[in-house]
Parts: sequence; structure tokens; C-alpha cells
Amino acid sequence: MKSWLTTTDHKRIGLLYFFTAFAFFLIGGIEALVIRAQLAQPNGHLVTAETYNQLFTMHGTTMVFLALMPLSASFFNYIVPLQIGARDVAFPRLNAFSYWVFLLGGLFLNASWLVGPLFHAGTLNVAPDGGWFGYANLTERQFSPGPNIDFWLLGLQILGISSLAAGFNFIVTILNLRAPGMRMMRVPAFTWMTLVTQFLVITAFPVITVGLAFLMFDRFFGAHFYVHEAGATPILWQHLFWLFGHPEVYILILPAMGIVSDVLPTFARKPLFGYTVVVYSGVLIGFMGWGVWSHHMFSVGLGPIADSVFSATTMLIAVPTGVKIFNWIATLWGGDIRGTTALHFAVGFIAMFIIGGLSGVTHASPPTDLQQTDTYYVVAHIHYVLFGGTIMGLFAGIYYWWPKMTGRLLSETLGKWHFWLQFVGMNLAFFPMHFIGLLGMPRRVYTYSPELGVSDLNLLSTIGAFLIALSIFVFLVNLLRTRTHGQRAGNDPWGGATLEWSIASPPPVYNFSVIPTVANRLPRWKTEHHEPMRDPPATPPAPIHVPGGSWWPMLAAFGLPILALAPLTHTLWLALVGAAVLLAGIYLWAFEPFEV
Amino acid sequence: MPRYRWWSTPAVLFLLGCGGPFPQSTLHPHSDFARATDVLFTDIFWWAAAVFVVVEALLLVALIRFRHREGRPAPKPTHGHTLMEIAWTLAPAAILVFVAVPTVRTIFATAGEGPADALKVDVIGHQWWWEFRYQELGLVTANELHVPLGRAVQLSITSADVIHSFWIPPLGGKRDAIPGHVTRIAFRPDQVGEYAGQCAEFCGASHANMRLRVVVESDSGFGRWATVQLQGPAAPAPGTAADRGKAVFARSACIGCHTIRGVSPGVIGPNLTHVGSRTTIASGLFPNDSAHLARWIGDAPSLKPGSLMTRMQPPLTDADIAALVAYLQSLQ
Repeated sequence: MKSWLTTTDHKRIGLLYFFTAFAFFLIGGIEALVIRAQLAQPNGHLVTAETYNQLFTMHGTTMVFLALMPLSASFFNYIVPLQIGARDVAFPRLNAFSYWVFLLGGLFLNASWLVGPLFHAGTLNVAPDGGWFGYANLTERQFSPGPNIDFWLLGLQILGISSLAAGFNFIVTILNLRAPGMRMMRVPAFTWMTLVTQFLVITAFPVITVGLAFLMFDRFFGAHFYVHEAGATPILWQHLFWLFGHPEVYILILPAMGIVSDVLPTFARKPLFGYTVVVYSGVLIGFMGWGVWSHHMFSVGLGPIADSVFSATTMLIAVPTGVKIFNWIATLWGGDIRGTTALHFAVGFIAMFIIGGLSGVTHASPPTDLQQTDTYYVVAHIHYVLFGGTIMGLFAGIYYWWPKMTGRLLSETLGKWHFWLQFVGMNLAFFPMHFIGLLGMPRRVYTYSPELGVSDLNLLSTIGAFLIALSIFVFLVNLLRTRTHGQRAGNDPWGGATLEWSIASPPPVYNFSVIPTVANRLPRWKTEHHEPMRDPPATPPAPIHVPGGSWWPMLAAFGLPILALAPLTHTLWLALVGAAVLLAGIYLWAFEPFEV
Repeated sequence: MPRYRWWSTPAVLFLLGCGGPFPQSTLHPHSDFARATDVLFTDIFWWAAAVFVVVEALLLVALIRFRHREGRPAPKPTHGHTLMEIAWTLAPAAILVFVAVPTVRTIFATAGEGPADALKVDVIGHQWWWEFRYQELGLVTANELHVPLGRAVQLSITSADVIHSFWIPPLGGKRDAIPGHVTRIAFRPDQVGEYAGQCAEFCGASHANMRLRVVVESDSGFGRWATVQLQGPAAPAPGTAADRGKAVFARSACIGCHTIRGVSPGVIGPNLTHVGSRTTIASGLFPNDSAHLARWIGDAPSLKPGSLMTRMQPPLTDADIAALVAYLQSLQ
């Protein structure tokens, strides 16, 4: 127990990220099921309007910040150091700090479901209710007087610190800790996409941090950053939020693209087709992701010139995305494709992401977007991208790397059940939403009129959502069963080309008995140019020093939610305690003796 | 006649057995604005459908043709093919040109500037109802926008509180209603009828309950409606229930928020001068009948969560409410 609390081992932290994020994924999923149950029929009244607004706000916030990002982070942690032949990340204690801040931030946000009585709210739940996008000026104290929005903005500020710390950590890790000979163009695709993602994190999160800081000043100190009566404008928030929010979309999708780019070659037994182009298009998407934010704001009326420019940049971003898809198909073409569960999910990613990408083109066009934005059509779009895309990709990663992480293979039979249930479920849940939106149902409505003619489509969508829930249940059974019944994986159950497959599963604490020297992009494969490398010996030829754990990152992390409680409860001494804990944690951490 | 697209007919009507019209559909346009966006959408839809078929077919063929078979020789380790990669970079870019050109044309065509003779209406979003001010007619009404057929309409949209979004799918939209800003929509309806719309930007507890109707009338019908609206409210005959209702209205909190011309000047809630002539109450939520009016007056927040029209303290008696209903219904 103590060794898990104080761990600085990237592999353990990766597993902690995985289980924590998966728990939040289940919470976010339950929120989605309640939403779908409410909308199963018109004029539904399972939950009140207020609770419904909290549910969709927390569903979005949870899935983005507490499930998808940290699930990706679990692979960054576990796999990236193994893929580049490193012993750990560059800053192991900072890595532990990131995890604890993430956990505490997530708990802080979700505590809002239960603490209503402490705020004399009259209900148990005072969860955030302004949408995951939290548009000002609805989020100002005048229109949202309760603690709901406070939980949201303080929670996001805490989580931002976690993401930023992890971002710097992984950039330094990938740039500086690569094994000898691993030039940038020999770095596996997943690690490359991780690198691009982390650059997006460290550039995008400061923007939302500023936006949230303005909102904090407005709500707690009566400032007027978003108040038009004081000469400001609520549009400022939209620019700041989407300047963050669109790169955030790529923060969510690029890791999954990286996973798919690693899974497909392994199971097609063919190198990634056009590796260079796949890498460059990922980098290009990262850059172009910064120039499209106003396509979330076409209905704001920014004027025809601005609309045309942002429409053009948005359409352009389809080009590098399309290139990736063609390269993936070309990777499969001519291969010897083994239909493992991981491959099913990777192919599912491509098949579903195409739909999300194409519906995206229809709202890259501002006039058609006017009819689509803020309707269920966009809900369909984002779920094809983030569920059909990111979640499918993440599951591909789970089935692919779980044997590496635990030493045991997941059941392929249950895996196929999981895949097909999820595939049918998601299409049943999300495809009808295209029609629901086009027929005029806005999003974020807790009720709708039977007159709209979308009742049956909504029922269908609800059935699909519960089918997804069933598929996730099958996955959980698979996960539990594997602990006892799972087949031993050995070093390399799949015949992978990259370094992580050259060592034991799960890897020893020091990872590589000898740091490998890399001479090409596919070190463990035989190609026309080279023979496979020799795997490192099972036992290290010389003792390897591995640093022990540390309590101080966790102590420092605890300072942040305490600090956040201060404005929430208007208690000055809590701010002093929080600051003291944070500073003590950082001080002890900084002066901790190197040798343990 | 409403126009059904090929896939909306089988998918929505046949497959699901749900018939009936779709009053809030974007696929059944009834104005130049909505038609322009619909034509553009159809355009893009077919391009997208073609790309979808080609790419998914390639994926399926690859999966079937190259699935693992015993004895298949090890695949050739191809690393790429520059010419092909250039081709599939340029092909989507070329398709996007065909999407971008009509897009930009439509952007400028639907920028919201109507002709000089357009009927100008100011639209003001409130939590959670719509106010309509006809400047040239000197007319104020709520939640039901009347416009004449065959004359362009120029809407200037803003908000009195938070951000809303004005949307009547069959006629066009949406444009956000933003405090401190004025956004514009212009459209020319092409068929008489009643069209449904609702707020599209999340605006708080009752966002789902911020609906509206647009009534497109013949020019003469619109003229008659405007004439009636311009008249003051009819005074109820002494001794009737409506007359008692007027007295209740005048001595209750109602006057603080609602305008009835000649009776009260409130501006927080909808103008009620001709509330009896509207087909719905509570911004399109319920039919304008005695039962719903009575429930609404008695306890609005139970019908519309968060409603600013709170329960009156002390509560009105049932007799008071019945009298008020009679009075409001008399305001034709």
C-alpha cells in the first residue's frame, strides 16, 4: 500500500491513472445513461431540469478532463518510456504529483454531487450546471449564484495544473531520454503523437487558465471581465474557451491516432505506410488546430469575412486528417491481417472516425453550421469523433498493451463480444442523433415536445446507449477474469516491432536490463534493410539503481484542493493552510535527499 | 408541400413508423435563407456520402482481401509511396474547393442584411421567453412572431440577460442573442403557415422551455393582425369575470412585470396587451386555454423550472385565478 502511495515508477503511475480514469469513465457513463433515460420519451421527468443540466455538464466535463485525457495519460506513462528505451520519465516525482493532482481535482469536482446541504442548497447535488463550455455571462454570479460554477472553475484550475506538469514532463522525457540511436524519425508513432499532444497541452491550457482566472475574479471579487454593462463582452470568454477548446479536441484524438498507428502495423505485419507523412500530418494538425477556434462560434455573427476565413482553415485541417486515414488503409493493404480484438478496435476507430470527420465538414461550412450548431447533429458528430474515435482507439490500446502492463492477455472471445456490442451500440446511440438534430432538436434540453417527431429516434438512441453500457460491462468482466484466468503474455504476444516488446511483461522496475541501442525505426523486425535487434538480457549484467518513492508530491498535491476550498467556502484561513501545505510539500520535495 | 429528402423518408418515416410533419425541421425549408443553407447542405452531403462510400469500401476490401491465411507469405515491408501519398493529399483538397466556393458564396448571401424595404423587427431574448418589437409599427409582442408573406424580414437580435440563440429551422437561423451586441438575420418566407423554433444556446434552468412560433400570414392577414395589436385592450364589461380579473391584475404583483397598455407598464415579463390572441403561453410551452393559464398563474415555476414569475405571496385564491384567466382571455 505505502509503495503505491509513494511510488514514482512510471508504470505504477500509469496503472493508477488507468484505474482512476476508468472509474471516472464509468461515472461519466452513468451520467450519460441517466440523460438518455430522461430523453427516451418526450416530456420525460426522471430528473428535474436543474439536475439534468448538472448531468450533461458533468458528463462532458468528466469525459473530457477525467476520463479520456487521463486514459491517454495512462498510456503516456506506461508505454512512452518503454517505447523510447528509458528507465522512467524525466521527472518521476513530478509525474506522481500530476497523478495526485488529477485524482484530487476529479474528487473535488465530483464532491459537488453530494455536498448541497453544506451550502444550504435544498438539494443534495450542487454539481456544475453551465455546460462543459461554461459560457459567460450565464456563469456570472448574477445568473448562477450557487456554488455549482465555483466547483467547476476551481476543479478545472486544479486539473489544469496536473495536465501542465505532465505536459512538460513528457516533452522533456521524449526529447531527452530516447535510447542511443533513436533519432526523432525513429520514434514510434504513438510516442510522436504523445509529443505533439503535450505541446498542445502546454500551449492550450494556459489559455483556459487565463479565461478561468478572469471568471474567478468576476465571481469572487466582482470584476467585470465578461460583463457587457461594464464595457466588456461575454464573447471574450468564447474566444478564450475555444482557443483552448479546439486544440483540446486534438489533445483528445491525437493519442488515439498514435495508438492506431502502432496497432495496425503490428497486426498487418507491415510497417506503417508513409510513417514520415503520418508524423508530419500529426504535427500539422497540431499547428492548424490553433487556427480554427471560431468555427465553434459561427452563430455568434462575427461577420462574413471572419466566417469565411475560419471556414477555410477548418476545411484545410481535413486534408492532413484524410492523409492519415489513407495511410492507415494502405498499411492494411497487402498485409497479413490478424483479426485480434485490438485490431478490431483500431479498424473501428478508422471506420467511425470517418463519419465524424465527414459530418465535421458539413459544419465547417458556416451557413449549414447555422442549422446544425447547438443541435443533436453536433452531439452525433462529437460522439463519432470522441467515442467512435478516441474511445475506440483507447480500447485498441488497452487490448494491445494490457498484456505488457499486467503480463496476462485479455480474453479474445470476450473482447470480440465487447467490440461488436460497443460497435452496434454506438451506432444505434449516435447515428439517429444526426436526424434528431436535423429535425430540429437542440442539445442540452432536458425535455422536448412530441410534436417534433423525434420521439422514436430518441428511444432508439437510448437503447443504443444501454447497449454501450452492456459492452462496457463485458469489458469489466474480461478485465477481472484476466487477473486469474488470463493467458500468460510472455515478452511479446503480438510480434511487435517496438522496444516495449523486447522486455518482460510486466517489465521489471528498471525496464531495460541494458539500455538498447537503436539502429532503425522497427528495431525488432526483419526488413529488407536489417535484421531484428537482440532483446536485452533477462537479468541485468550490473546492478541498476532505482530511486525509492516519495511522499512529498502527494503532500504538495493536497495543498491545491485545500486552496480551492477557501474561495468556495469564503474561508481565509483555509487559503493559508492550503498554501502552507503546498509550499511544505514543494520544499520537502526539493530538498529530499537523492539517495533513499 | 414539405420536401422529404431521400433518406429522411425511409429512415425516419418507414423504418421507425413515425409519421407526421416535422414543424422544426431544417430539411423542410420555407424561406430563401433556409433554402440556401439546405441547398448547400445537400451539396456537401453528397460529397461526404461519396467520400464515405469510397473510403469505407477501401477499408473493407483491405480487411477481407488481406485477412490472415495459413501459408500466406510474409507481407512485403513497404514503407510508403510518394506519388500515391501526394495523390491522396490533393484529392481531398480538390473536393474541399468544391465545398468551399459555394460555402463562401452562401456566407455572403446569408449575412443578415435584408433589403431596404424589409419589415424590421427587434428580437430580445429573455430567460426564458422572446420579446418582439416592431419598430415601424410601434408594436410589442412576445413569443409569437407574425410576419407577412412575400416581404423580407430583417431581425435585429439581442439579449436582456444571458446569451440565447434565435432559431426557427424552417425559416432560418440561428443567430445568437448576446447582451450588448446586435446580430442580424434576414429572410423572406415563401409559404403561409406556422413554424416552430426554440432557443438553441444553453441559457439556464429552462433552456428547453424557451420556444417560439413564427406565423407567416398573407399580407392582408398580417395587416389585420397588426391593426388589432395596435388597438388598446378592450375594457371588460362591468360585472363580468373578466372585469373582476382586471381588478385582481391591477392590485397584484402582476403589474410590476407585465405591460397591459393603459393598465400597467411593467417590462420584466412579456407584454400582455393582446395575450388572448396568442395560441400558446409560457413561450410556446402550452396551448393558450383556461386550464393551462390557471395552472401557469398559480404556480409557474412548477411548469417552467426557474421561472422568474414565482408563486404569489400570499397565494391567489382559485376565484382570483379564474377571474384573471377570464380577463387575460378577453385581451384579444
